[in-house]
Amino acid sequence: MSTKLYLGTRKGLIEAERCATGWRITRNSFLGVQVPMLLPDACDGTLYAAVEHGHFGTKFHASHDAGASWEERACPAFPPKPEDTPDVVNFLSQQPIPWDLKKVWALEAGAAPGELWCGTLPGGLFHSLDCGASWHLVESLWNDPGRAKWMGGGADWPGIHTILVDPRNRHRLLIAVSCGGVWESTDNGSSWTNIGSGIRAEYVPPEQVYDPGIQDPHRIAWSAADPDTIWMQHHNGIFHSTDGGKNWQENLNANIKYELRVACDGALCVMRTQDGGQTFEPLRNGLPQEHAYHLVYRHCLDVTGDGRTLAFGSTTGSVWISENGGDSWERLSADLPPIYCVRFG
Amino acid sequence: MPTVQFTANLASQTAAPACKVVGTTVREALNAVFTRHPTLRSYVLDDQGAIRQNVVVFVDGTAITDRQKQADAVRPDSEIFVMQALSGG
Repeated sequence: MSTKLYLGTRKGLIEAERCATGWRITRNSFLGVQVPMLLPDACDGTLYAAVEHGHFGTKFHASHDAGASWEERACPAFPPKPEDTPDVVNFLSQQPIPWDLKKVWALEAGAAPGELWCGTLPGGLFHSLDCGASWHLVESLWNDPGRAKWMGGGADWPGIHTILVDPRNRHRLLIAVSCGGVWESTDNGSSWTNIGSGIRAEYVPPEQVYDPGIQDPHRIAWSAADPDTIWMQHHNGIFHSTDGGKNWQENLNANIKYELRVACDGALCVMRTQDGGQTFEPLRNGLPQEHAYHLVYRHCLDVTGDGRTLAFGSTTGSVWISENGGDSWERLSADLPPIYCVRFG
Repeated sequence: MPTVQFTANLASQTAAPACKVVGTTVREALNAVFTRHPTLRSYVLDDQGAIRQNVVVFVDGTAITDRQKQADAVRPDSEIFVMQALSGG
């Protein structure tokens, strides 16, 4: 069972620990500054945090003592844009997509110790081989003509929010883009293919409904027991793939799409399937069931490897934890800043 | 030599001491500061070298006009002040 929980919030990084009597909040770092993404790297125990200053941009910090002290590392940065390179225009706004980091939106450990992958708005993927001491833009993806179809989904610019590193072959990567679909690399980022047959966007012009390059996957995740099975929360609903992301089936029985972006009927629940998506059950024990207006961002639910301990946090500053696979929940706090990212250490 | 000063709000995040530097433009003066304090650069400039959207640079009390290349002239006795735009919570 994990005993550390890290929360990236609107007002800093907040830590909680499991003690003899239960979970309690123990410390904050970067108080007053946004922490949109963090990574406890299981490989060497380093804790990484992207820290987004309102005026001074995003910075990148690392801790070797689980958050007790921090040192600033290099932050991913776009290289100078060559004058002869044409702009890629966001067709929705008709504005050129800037070569300027706006937000760190994904952070994962790579194949080798100290190897990191970072996804950003506006749609850049960055790679570090030295624990974040230096980064380079993955130009094979940035220069792919398919990027011209990407668009912002709820943000001004498209962004990479999910990076999956195949646990069986850590040189195989999947990324997910809002809005730009799912992309696969089998050579540690040297080349990329847009995959995702069967993903459906019902709200676009008819000829684009099944175009894998315009899809809006909100988040994708491996099945820990079978990494060929991948789950997707899409703008349209829930999809899953059983062949590593190439083909997808829509789980129409589980599609809950509530455009108001609050809990349906004011009753908060977590949905669980234990039969490969044939059925879903709402888990409500311990969660508020009336006048609950919580919004849970895409990086704000984490599950430990054994599936038993779960935590999620809302933009209204509540965090709940379950230690029995979601059967029941206890609220850690209702008094936190808006939660951006939840990760067990 | 022009003087470059930074808002205390920035100095609370990273080393940002006031500096006397050589330079005839704002960019030359800022580059001289960043040579001494490399980490400071990304707090003031974006990835393409422009002044960050929510940062303002004054020369002798007047906001600079060339936020992209910072070609605004400075005199040997100029005071350059780097501050953040006002914002809420």
